[in-house]
Amino acid sequence: MQFLSYLISGLGLGSVYAIMALGYSMVYGIAKMLNFAHGDIIMVGAYVAFFAISGAGMPPAVAILLSILACTVLGVVIERLAYKPLREASSLAVLITAIGVSYFLENGALILWGADSKFFPSNIFPQGGLTVGSLTISWLTIITIAVCCIIMILLMLFVGRTNTGRAMRACSEDKGAATLMGINVNAIISLTFAIGSGLAAVAAVLLASTYPSISPTLGAMPGIKAFTAAVLGGIGSIPGAFLGGLLLGVIENLSKAYISQQLSDAIVFGVLVVILLIKPAGLLGRKVSEKV
Amino acid sequence: MKNKFLRLGVIAALCGAMTACGSSAGTSSTSAASASGSDTAVASGSVSGTTTTASGEAFKLGASGPLSGDASVYGIAVKNAAELAIGEINKKGGVQFELNFQDDQADTEAAVNAYNTLADWGMQLSLLTVTSGSGQSVAPLYKEDNIFGITPSGSSTAVIFQDAENNTNPYGNVFQMCFTDPNQGKASADYLSEHTDLGTKVGIIYRNDDNYSTGIYNTFVEEAKAKNLDVVSTGTFTKGATDFSVQIKQAQDAGADIVFLPIYYQPASLVLQAAKNAGYAPTFFGCDGMDGILTQDNFDTSLAEGLYMLTPFSADAQDEKTQNFVKAYKDKYGETPNQFAADAYDAVNALAQALGNSDVTPKSSTDDITAALIKQFTTMKFQGITAPGDITWNENGEVSKEPRAIVIKDGAYVSAE
Repeated sequence: MQFLSYLISGLGLGSVYAIMALGYSMVYGIAKMLNFAHGDIIMVGAYVAFFAISGAGMPPAVAILLSILACTVLGVVIERLAYKPLREASSLAVLITAIGVSYFLENGALILWGADSKFFPSNIFPQGGLTVGSLTISWLTIITIAVCCIIMILLMLFVGRTNTGRAMRACSEDKGAATLMGINVNAIISLTFAIGSGLAAVAAVLLASTYPSISPTLGAMPGIKAFTAAVLGGIGSIPGAFLGGLLLGVIENLSKAYISQQLSDAIVFGVLVVILLIKPAGLLGRKVSEKV
Repeated sequence: MKNKFLRLGVIAALCGAMTACGSSAGTSSTSAASASGSDTAVASGSVSGTTTTASGEAFKLGASGPLSGDASVYGIAVKNAAELAIGEINKKGGVQFELNFQDDQADTEAAVNAYNTLADWGMQLSLLTVTSGSGQSVAPLYKEDNIFGITPSGSSTAVIFQDAENNTNPYGNVFQMCFTDPNQGKASADYLSEHTDLGTKVGIIYRNDDNYSTGIYNTFVEEAKAKNLDVVSTGTFTKGATDFSVQIKQAQDAGADIVFLPIYYQPASLVLQAAKNAGYAPTFFGCDGMDGILTQDNFDTSLAEGLYMLTPFSADAQDEKTQNFVKAYKDKYGETPNQFAADAYDAVNALAQALGNSDVTPKSSTDDITAALIKQFTTMKFQGITAPGDITWNENGEVSKEPRAIVIKDGAYVSAE
């Protein structure tokens, strides 16, 4: 019973990682860049939802939509201003820029909203939980896992079945050839950022509802974990991000419960190292052979 | 290329994770700086100083603390209260102060720069620094130049002892207004052993990469053993942790009826939320880092109902001194002062009392002022707002005062008992 309850709280934690990992993975799959600012976009999403609800008194649904809108716009603007000029630059330059954007957002939030933590409203999702025997699963955990599954399925349908999705996959395979086929690569990349950042807002609301104390650095540690989850599952792969996120959450919680709380982060990252040694492309990643 | 890129990313992420986990060692463990300032501290060159001038001959009082960055709450509180105290003291006549407060962003290097700026300005005595990490880095400089310093809130023993491992070899000219961390652990264990009605089985959740939290934890466990308190579970976490469901579940399964939280209020509020989610309602017990939990924007105060804490200052204490201070602070700055402000207010007033009792003047040499202050501080009794009774210091610079026990009832701090 104890094991089950640790497992379920691990799944709840893992599904938050998974939604964040979807954002990392999509952007990497299509734009071939690691958007380290993703965690900080989540932070902005949480603050927007916070101010919309407890500041402006909006109903939660409107606040969530507003937060999604704000994050989408922010993601597209960041892409235009910071990443687009570097499209032809080395990937190292883009990576460093992404870290710069992340610091910019964090410190901007510090100036705008201050270092004091704020308490996220708890009225968005139903309180309490489902009791089965002596086991209680909070509604929030159930909702998080459900939302995560729905988003993954929608994304897979979108990328797999629609024309735009096909264009995204084409960009991911070969940008030059995609351009020749009449695909507007820049527009596709912007769209990818828009979707990834919109997802960040959803992750933000779920993350902040589960862990209600929000501060400008809230995206940093979960961001690193979600990135790890994306790599674990095979970065660029949508089901991979989902699987990686859930696994990471479960491993983290079980190692905290049964091995050592002090070493739980080390164990999580250790698992990543081992998996990359055995399967360098990640669990569900495609192996791409390179010409040298 | 693709793989290389990915590998680079993984390395960057791992490095990030490591710095995130290991930032406590020398950086900033202030008496409540949960978010260590050093992470986001920018370059240290442009420190913005402010000076409060006094009429006539005044003692030049230096200080540094985070006025910007993510620990700025503490620095600003100290600066505000120090200015308030100086305004009152200067108005009275007698001892006069001139304050120069430099921004150090809770960053150890910026603190050294701030010290140099203050030394050039001709500082004669000092409030040292607001945060422990900064205090630790400038204390040797104060020793070298023989300038007297009393930190309002740098609670680590490393601020006053050259050998912080064994708490030996004190600087001698550096004093503390706040409790040392170990002191709080002992006081907490003593309190719990005297109030067994709160519970007898203790669970602990502390942050093991933080000087403040581990400092309290270590002495708490030691004292708990001596007082036969039953510690049934111990949970740990590191900087930036958000998920406490496992730690809470373990305390719950171990049957803990008291959960001791020697941590800052921000993670503590997440612990309280996790306990609520698990349907677990023990008595939570915290130290001075818990102060501020009710001031979090939009905080659900029902989470903290019945929370106990030992803290030197309570804004709702009924004595006249506290009430005057709280009113003056609110009138001037529009918010309720926290314990950092209170410690700073007491520190400045203690300096004024010590200088008033000695025969040094602003024209005296720094060596004379330092010698006079050390003599006064180790012999005098001071009554302030951060303790119900007399406050005294030993020659190590450690303060001795009674902590107040406070409990949260109906969303407000109330004195326990």
